[in-house]
Amino acid sequence: MKNWGFKISRPRAIDFDTADLAEYSKLVEKVPSAKRCLMCGACTATCSAGNHTDFNFRHSHLMYRRGQFEGLAEELDKCMLCGKCKMVCPRGVNTRAIIYNMRIFLNDMNYKNIES
Amino acid sequence: MNYHPFIIPFSAGAIFLFAVVIYKFVKWFRNLDRKQMYFVNKNIFSFKTIEAIGETFREALIHRNIYKKNPLLGYMHMSLAFGWFLLIAVGKTESSFYAGTFFEEPWLAIFFKYFAKEQHSYFMAAEFSFIMDLLLLIVLSGVALALFKRVRSNFLGMKKATKHSKFDRIALASLWWIFPLRLLAESTTAAVAGNGNFLTGTVGNWLSGLPVEAIELPMWWAYSFSLCAFFVSLPFSRYMHIPTEVALIFLRKWGATAGEQYSGMTDLQLNSCSRCGICIDSCQLNFAADINHVQSVYFIRDTRYKKLTDEVANNCLMCGRCVEACPVGLELTVIRQQLRNKAEIPGKHYFEYNKAEESKNKTDVIYFAGCMTHLTPSIIISMKKIFNEAGERFWFMDEDKGLCCGRPMRQQGFVQQSKDLISKNMRLIASSGAKMMVTSCPICYKSFTEEYVLDIPVMHHTEYIKMLMDKKRINVKKSDLNMVYHDPCELGRGSGIFEQPRDVLRQTGNLRVSEFEKENALCCGGSLSNTVIELDTQIKIRNHALEVLTESKPDVLATACPLCKKSFVHGNKAKVMDIAEIVADCLNLQSEKNEKKSVNKKESIEFI
Repeated sequence: MKNWGFKISRPRAIDFDTADLAEYSKLVEKVPSAKRCLMCGACTATCSAGNHTDFNFRHSHLMYRRGQFEGLAEELDKCMLCGKCKMVCPRGVNTRAIIYNMRIFLNDMNYKNIES
Repeated sequence: MNYHPFIIPFSAGAIFLFAVVIYKFVKWFRNLDRKQMYFVNKNIFSFKTIEAIGETFREALIHRNIYKKNPLLGYMHMSLAFGWFLLIAVGKTESSFYAGTFFEEPWLAIFFKYFAKEQHSYFMAAEFSFIMDLLLLIVLSGVALALFKRVRSNFLGMKKATKHSKFDRIALASLWWIFPLRLLAESTTAAVAGNGNFLTGTVGNWLSGLPVEAIELPMWWAYSFSLCAFFVSLPFSRYMHIPTEVALIFLRKWGATAGEQYSGMTDLQLNSCSRCGICIDSCQLNFAADINHVQSVYFIRDTRYKKLTDEVANNCLMCGRCVEACPVGLELTVIRQQLRNKAEIPGKHYFEYNKAEESKNKTDVIYFAGCMTHLTPSIIISMKKIFNEAGERFWFMDEDKGLCCGRPMRQQGFVQQSKDLISKNMRLIASSGAKMMVTSCPICYKSFTEEYVLDIPVMHHTEYIKMLMDKKRINVKKSDLNMVYHDPCELGRGSGIFEQPRDVLRQTGNLRVSEFEKENALCCGGSLSNTVIELDTQIKIRNHALEVLTESKPDVLATACPLCKKSFVHGNKAKVMDIAEIVADCLNLQSEKNEKKSVNKKESIEFI
């Protein structure tokens, strides 16, 4: 395909009939402060891994909230879990725990998918 | 032959107990990993074995560590352990004298009074009778204290006692019944035979109004059954610590430690926990945040019975206060780390951290600030000032695009990924050709010293500043600030650095003493190890720690960890400063001195 220097993104409308929102409520049960997040992006701005990769916690969190898990496990593995994001969060969200739990949940989901 | 059917429950219980204990021991010893086996083989025939016998005597029988916690609590444990041990040992000697041979029936010592009812004429019969009564009295006093502790644990120096499971309570009850039943059985026999010493004789006299001949045998049966119940429940209850702790003491003396992976040593430690609950009182989650189900005693119990939940495993600050408090000396944080390790999640390496830059020049010292230090830039500025003052050629390794040291990842159990980061960092360190590494973050410091294989010394900046001051490479003037020092967990208990920061502070101000210091220091609550508690709980822990630390109203709360600083700053109780900042403020700058000198010269010239 010819490289035009730009590309058209896939449509990003979320079909709430098929989106799996139950996973997010499981996460909120583990980390109640996740609900407080207002997606300001301070976490992403301070991120050590963000210096090296395109890791974006705010984005990953939003994807998870909306039940869009495609490629998310790979995305989360870029995180070094250093915890800087937790320290700068103006809303006191335990971002590190969110990443940790998302990793565990996504890993469980992958295993389920392989089995089925 | 001295035989009566009532010995059968006791004998059956004892045989069962030995079979199960031997089975478990064989299983655990076969599960020891190679490193542990190496130490066992190396040291088994050395002086260390004799040392271990001494420690067994001190800890498993006398319980010296519990005496340190509270004398009454120590006496309670000693009377039960050492008292019962002597009761068995002296009883065995007595029965051997009585039988005239060392190889009498094994149960004779246990039921001696019943089989040797009549007046005796063996060697030291009267003395033995007195000693045995005295020992029984000592053990009974221990049981009485244990009963009292159930009601008022405060009296024995424990604010909170362990909440035991039902099965443990059954084992506990059977243990408590053994000694009163023994007293009753021996006393009724004494009443029947008309003898007995000061204890059994007196109680026998009281009982003599009852039909003693009719209740004598049932008492001995009950005694035998209580022994049987205790023996059968022992291997599955907390009392498994009695045989296991001895084995653990020997293995530890030989040099075996719990490694990175779950092994036989872990099993031994899990079973060596007596669930005394001393760790509960030392846990900040308990006394500052009122979380009462995650302490080491419950963690170890849940792990042993394979009921461990993620929440209990992760809800721990890993501050190490329980490790200091544990009278058995279990490696509680190491075991928790083992259980957190996620071997089932394969190490995926999707990240490529190639933007971390190698050193361009050869330097003498590497400075690694650490992720958290980048959030407290004043530490970095101060460190730069100190480096420049000392004239050190340094390379700021993670100035712009640094990597994490790998420890936070490891603490959450992602060992593979942590190793990946470690190897990347090692390459960077090697590129500079430096002779020394300085870091500002105790978490990184512990990681560099323990998990990295480096051929250069690693120093925390407190050690480094101390070294510079000792070598007179920097000069400080003493300020009149009153300071209290807060020991960061990873630096103090974790790495054993207590004195260097204090020495530095003594030279820069007036160091005051706080209640919780050194091994007993508190955690600031900001620990990265805990992924369960939320900000509100952290604030509770932090406020409690702050209150204790600022009791003497110091001008400055000094610490040596960016994470502690960040936590305490938000408490607004006192000015929080890192040691690097304090030293940088107190520096007698060489350049200033030179300026002053030149000014003085000018003045003097003008004066002339």
